[in-house]
Amino acid sequence: MAAERQLHTSAQDRDASDVLLEQVNQAIQDGLPLRIQGANSKAFLGREVAGEVLDTRIHRGIVTYDPTELVITARAGTPLSELNAALARAGQMLPCEPPTFSDGGVGDATVGGMIAAGLSGPRRPWSGSVRDFVLGTRVITGLGKHLKFGGEVMKNVAGYDLSRLMAGSFGCLGVITEVSLKVLPKPRLCTSIALEMDSARALARLAQWGQQPLPISAASHDGRVLRLRFEGGEGSVAAAHDRLGGESIDPVYWRALNEHQLDFFTDGRPLWRLSLPTNTAVLDLPGDQLIDWGGAQRWLKTSACGNEIRAIVSAVGGHATCYSHGLDDTPFQPLATPLLRYHRQLKAQLDPHGVFNPGRMYAEI
Amino acid sequence: MNILYDERVDGPLPAIDKAQLLHALQARLPDLDILHREEELRPYECDGLSAYRTTPMLVVLPERVEQVQTLLKVCHERGVPVVARGAGTGLSGGALPLEKGVLLVMARFNRILHIDPAGRFARVQPGVRNLAISQAAAPYDLYYAPDPSSQIACSIGGNVAENAGGVHCLKYGLTVHNLLKVDILTVEGERMVLGSDALDTPGFDLLALFTGSEGMLGVITEVTVKLLPKPQVARVLLAAFDSVEKAGRAVGDIIAEGIIPGGLEMMDNLAIRAAEDFIHAGYPVDAEAILLCELDGVEADVHQDCDRVRAVLEKAGATEVRQARDEAERVRFWAGRKNAFPAVGRLSPDYYCMDGTIPRRELPGVLKGICALSEEYGLRVANVFHAGDGNMHPLILFDANQPGELDRAEALGGKILELCVKVGGSITGEHGVGREKINQMCAQFNSDELTLFHAVKAAFDPSGMLNPGKNIPTLHRCAEFGAMHVHMGKLPFPELERF
Repeated sequence: MAAERQLHTSAQDRDASDVLLEQVNQAIQDGLPLRIQGANSKAFLGREVAGEVLDTRIHRGIVTYDPTELVITARAGTPLSELNAALARAGQMLPCEPPTFSDGGVGDATVGGMIAAGLSGPRRPWSGSVRDFVLGTRVITGLGKHLKFGGEVMKNVAGYDLSRLMAGSFGCLGVITEVSLKVLPKPRLCTSIALEMDSARALARLAQWGQQPLPISAASHDGRVLRLRFEGGEGSVAAAHDRLGGESIDPVYWRALNEHQLDFFTDGRPLWRLSLPTNTAVLDLPGDQLIDWGGAQRWLKTSACGNEIRAIVSAVGGHATCYSHGLDDTPFQPLATPLLRYHRQLKAQLDPHGVFNPGRMYAEI
Repeated sequence: MNILYDERVDGPLPAIDKAQLLHALQARLPDLDILHREEELRPYECDGLSAYRTTPMLVVLPERVEQVQTLLKVCHERGVPVVARGAGTGLSGGALPLEKGVLLVMARFNRILHIDPAGRFARVQPGVRNLAISQAAAPYDLYYAPDPSSQIACSIGGNVAENAGGVHCLKYGLTVHNLLKVDILTVEGERMVLGSDALDTPGFDLLALFTGSEGMLGVITEVTVKLLPKPQVARVLLAAFDSVEKAGRAVGDIIAEGIIPGGLEMMDNLAIRAAEDFIHAGYPVDAEAILLCELDGVEADVHQDCDRVRAVLEKAGATEVRQARDEAERVRFWAGRKNAFPAVGRLSPDYYCMDGTIPRRELPGVLKGICALSEEYGLRVANVFHAGDGNMHPLILFDANQPGELDRAEALGGKILELCVKVGGSITGEHGVGREKINQMCAQFNSDELTLFHAVKAAFDPSGMLNPGKNIPTLHRCAEFGAMHVHMGKLPFPELERF
């Protein structure tokens, strides 16, 4: 264990939870809101928050990592690149492939931000989301306490699952200071292919393949080409490649897709994310679409208004998020009435002084 | 300390006139089946934790969501506590009734509403049995992954309420990882949908919060689960070891090899002997521990992984490694494990099943600790362990007819759970807190953490009418438990009965 710890520490590691706690307590006392941020790499998501910045990056470092336990615990301010590097050294990975939306340099995305935003990459439909890999958290609450929920074990049903609730809550329920994540070994083999076909055919094939034990771990379609990634043992990956054929492609594609670096994303029109039931047919929407997650996530470049997009997307059981900052006052799809009421009640209970990122997700919370 | 509802420490419950409530319900819901006579109520006095029994005031057996909705409205107006129950197989007393409450039995909601093979999901009513979902999906070569041992009987609504696990969690996750959407009724009888048919939903992840919330935040009326393609093949290796430490280390070695088995189970000698006597699975009865390692997936990969795992096991000092030759033998190997509880039950008039989790590396120390506690309390303990995910099921053997043995079993169980917490684990991996582990919650969480849990409850059920007394102890209970705890083992007045 001592050796493991040695391996993952860096000179900048520091437990600054007392500093963060003090800042929260001051905010509670003064009744002044905080704008919680790591590297601010996902500032484009959500609404503007007026508040004093609480920067989690002073609280950083991997706390424990024992590869045979498949669990890593890191402070919120730890750069995601540092976490990924430690995992890679042990032949492991965070299967949900969170995007960083940063360059890996000074403005590098943090572990805390990854949890708070809850965004997952191309592997998500097959591996699970960021939330699915959360085992435990430490959180500074709206009552000014630094508390621990969940833990470092795979199964834990004691009390309410506050750790997974924190994932994707955009800092509106508390300051995440530390997180324990389940990790997995990297697949032994990874191959990516491209097949030319139109969207309708691609979605039909994906629905059909989805019912078979194929080692697909990513599936994207740009209107013309279906790209697939296979991951697993040598036998299954080779068999899938043989069966489906296609051209081999550079796997760097998936990173470019995940980080929004493909040409598709450079188009000047606003960007919308559509989250849809897996077997949703081709959606007729103004603008251009890029299909990810085997059809369950689609990117839309359009000048159409939010209401128009949401009417079409809601009708098939999905929702739409605006990724172009400031364009829409409700970047996240508005909540149904009873849901919004319970969101407000939960916010009022967990953040009674309203200090944590007020309005970041919705004006009312 | 008594785990039955105690108004003194668990909070006062409103005094309800049974006849008036019955009359009101009959008037508002003339077609609802309501049980109210002593002899009708008796079968519902406990769930799978049968050592604890309370006769409910009334039992209702609705068949339509509108009935549940009206029932909740009536109970809410009158301040009547409601305890929801599925199949009643829970092992932590999560559906233990209240004398002053209505038991809401959801078992008649047993219809599979829709199987969508292309979308790979199933929409079902909450009373549908876990196994029935996989059976209904089987024609499409799909299945529902979480498989608690009680899967032939337990209901999916109960699985959601408890965040049920099973033997395949390391690879396939818990209930929470296999859900898309849950329809609920709030304490006021209002409909709300958590999650969606898509992979995520806007707002807070209330689906995750409700999963495992033990009926404290709402009543589940419909569940949409994910279905997975059935693995092409599954193979099982059985390895025998002459010490549990070696078996424990072998588990870490398999993971270090980069292999995630579909199932990875350990049993100690007492459990092995009991299972072999009962099922004749072909287990080596003189082994100190056995590991069952199931590898599933595409044939070519599984074949390779079997060779890899065999090499790891041999290197780790296994005295014998056997691969099930055919499907019949594979099923037999698993039958021994899946029937370990009843098998151990044959060794003793009663047994008490624990459910702690620990970081896997702590296994040897914790097993030693359990062994010492077993001697101290004079009760045998058999160990069954979901080794892949660190979930232990020590089975404490006792005889409830011997005065004081149940108390001793309970005290021993409590000590084992506290040991789990001490090494960084949890008091419950998959059975839930319910009433059973209400006192041990005070060991795992401090008063600030418990206060936050109560705040979550207050956001959804401010008057505390849904399943009162379960899952989260009052600070009052913890204070009293803490005071008693100091003297545990040297209780004042040991001759007094303590249930």
